[in-house]
Amino acid sequence: MDNLLQIGNGEAVKRSAIPCVDIETFGAVLSGFVRNNGYIVQFFAYKQDGRNTLLAVVRNEKLYVTSCEVGATFPSLTGMVNEKFHLFEREIAEQYGIKPTAHPWLKMVRYHKNYQGSEDVFGNDYNEEIPGRYDYFRVEGEAIHEVAVGPVHAGIIEPGHFRFQCAGEEVLHLEIQLGYQHRGVEKLLPSVPQKRMPIICEAIAGDTAIGHNLCCCQALEALAGLAVDPGAKLVRTIALELERIANHLGDLGALSGDVAFNPPAAYFGRMRGDFLNLLQVLCGNRFGKGLVRPGGVAFVMGEEQRRLLSAKLDEITPEIEHVCDLLFSAHTVQARFEHTGTVSRQMAEDLGLVGYAGRACGIGYDARVVFPTECYAELPANTNAMTNGDVYSRATVRREEIMHSLSLIRLLLKKPDTTEEAVMMTENTLAGDSFVVTINEGWRGEVSHCVITKSDGSILRYKIKDPSFHNWTGLAMSLRNQEISDFPLCNKSYNLSYCGFDL
Amino acid sequence: MLKIIKNKLEQGCKTSAYPKQPIALYERFRGRPEINRSCAGELVRQCAEACPQDAIDAVSGRIDLGRCTFCGLCEFLSKGEFVRFSQDFSLGAARREDLITDGTYADLAAHAKQHFKKLFGRSLQLRQVSAAGCNSCEADTNVLNTPFFDLSRFGIDFVASPRHADGIHVTGPISRNMKAALLTTYEAVPSPKVVIASGCCSISGGPFHGSDEIIGDLNSLLPVDLYIPGCPPHPLTTLDALLKFFK
Repeated sequence: MDNLLQIGNGEAVKRSAIPCVDIETFGAVLSGFVRNNGYIVQFFAYKQDGRNTLLAVVRNEKLYVTSCEVGATFPSLTGMVNEKFHLFEREIAEQYGIKPTAHPWLKMVRYHKNYQGSEDVFGNDYNEEIPGRYDYFRVEGEAIHEVAVGPVHAGIIEPGHFRFQCAGEEVLHLEIQLGYQHRGVEKLLPSVPQKRMPIICEAIAGDTAIGHNLCCCQALEALAGLAVDPGAKLVRTIALELERIANHLGDLGALSGDVAFNPPAAYFGRMRGDFLNLLQVLCGNRFGKGLVRPGGVAFVMGEEQRRLLSAKLDEITPEIEHVCDLLFSAHTVQARFEHTGTVSRQMAEDLGLVGYAGRACGIGYDARVVFPTECYAELPANTNAMTNGDVYSRATVRREEIMHSLSLIRLLLKKPDTTEEAVMMTENTLAGDSFVVTINEGWRGEVSHCVITKSDGSILRYKIKDPSFHNWTGLAMSLRNQEISDFPLCNKSYNLSYCGFDL
Repeated sequence: MLKIIKNKLEQGCKTSAYPKQPIALYERFRGRPEINRSCAGELVRQCAEACPQDAIDAVSGRIDLGRCTFCGLCEFLSKGEFVRFSQDFSLGAARREDLITDGTYADLAAHAKQHFKKLFGRSLQLRQVSAAGCNSCEADTNVLNTPFFDLSRFGIDFVASPRHADGIHVTGPISRNMKAALLTTYEAVPSPKVVIASGCCSISGGPFHGSDEIIGDLNSLLPVDLYIPGCPPHPLTTLDALLKFFK
């Protein structure tokens, strides 16, 4: 394809090899690609030799990169081409003060000063506390009422603000404003010594510690030319699957709780803990923090750990099957799950939903299959039987993925590969003037990191994308014409990350 | 109905007998560090330099558990010569300085504020505030409500409204964008009230120390009564700290 460079997942390329076209061509290339069943993996700005540059990584069944130089503005593709661009363009405006002209809804993403110290696109004064001077979208009318929730919510969960426009019980519109969790991760990463990078990446989203840190370590490995032995890949793959199972189980429990069916809520909650404890068996931390390091893993999986994992899987698999059956066969549960929070396949494609949110709408994309890393190339793919886009489909996809992941771990445990040695975090020399993108299927969907280095190998730009960045809009659309009392149920069926989005 | 009964029988009662009976965590779990005070200075210096959190003082050999993420690198690097992480999950402290350790630990129960024991010993209601927490502290606090830990049996509950709470339990490095909401929540709690800093983020900024988008140290905003270190603190670390401090 013209003006697009095909790249591999986790494969470093020279920056000079990336096409750098003019802004009109850039827009035309991206529009053509996206209209032809293409999706955006990353789209961001950075400063190169004093000039603003936009870079896009896009995918169909292959991965491509392209870039262009821009001034202070660029023509927005959101309104003209596709909704997939909307958050990326707002993020570019917020981070680098580059304004997408004619963007249909240009508003802040995370509420922070831009990196260049230039004039704020949104006219915010950041000495004011959030939410600053932002006017939420409002529906007017005598019968309309507004419900504001958050940032501090009723449970032990992360902060975010939800603004509902309702007519009686019916939600006409939900606007989600995040940014409360913003810790400045992308700005922090290039400024710290490498020894801190895995620790920071494990805390981008604590429930996706393995997913995000794997992206970081694979990027560093590509840039430093480090090889990972098969035994370490085995451990990393098992860890990513354990993370997936633990989170899916927890969410099925939360969904049971939200429809007031308490027995599975209690059982799933407890079984989720068993999988966190298996991560603790692997590396001493229930979230897998400290496990993945550039070049391998920091903890070897020995015979004892293999035995403990196998024994636990044998014990718990029938229990999971039985509790899933209890939940999914209950008529009262089916009545609440079915036709609730439906997103059509067309809508999901327009928004570019990923992970189980996309798969529940019939978008089969799974990064483990399309862009396999670690051991995934040799493992069987999963299929989803129910793709109606409602809560029931999202819950069913989770159930199917739990069973699939259990079988993957069993397959992996049969492989004899062991790591010879645990690796320790050391400073590596990174290839200069290079670019790398890494993609892994975290439990929520496509996690991706990009690293761009300067000529001396230091990091010029670190870009992170959590799957939640695509999917929060999906939740907002799920609530359209839905009863407001169904919000908790819809919300849990997605269970998106606040801090993964806010960075 | 039959399915519910069948599952109930299969699941059984999973609630732990802790604290009446001790719980042994798996040997890879990294809890309270045992520090070799006569370790060679050069090895300590190497560990201090390699520590991603800069939690080790190269001269005194003390480890700041308020910064440490318990990644285990110093134990690995020194082959256990300088530090060994034990499976003792008891890590809570009433004073910030008690977290900077040479391998000796202050007795939390003895340093706990006695009037809190009297006020909240039989019933403690907490409002949790996630102030840019990465969701692992939140998740491992939430897990205390699952059947295994069953926090309610100790008279401790997490409540929805700060008006119903006796104190706040804060996680995360306190982003600039959460500062106002955190302070408002604190003000809404009736006095006398408790402030608990949970996880290295709320104690020192944790992995994000140095970022200009965070406050980093809860104690600089509000008077902290109880510190619970870890990344995240193990649920038992939190439970142990709450029981020792309030019971």
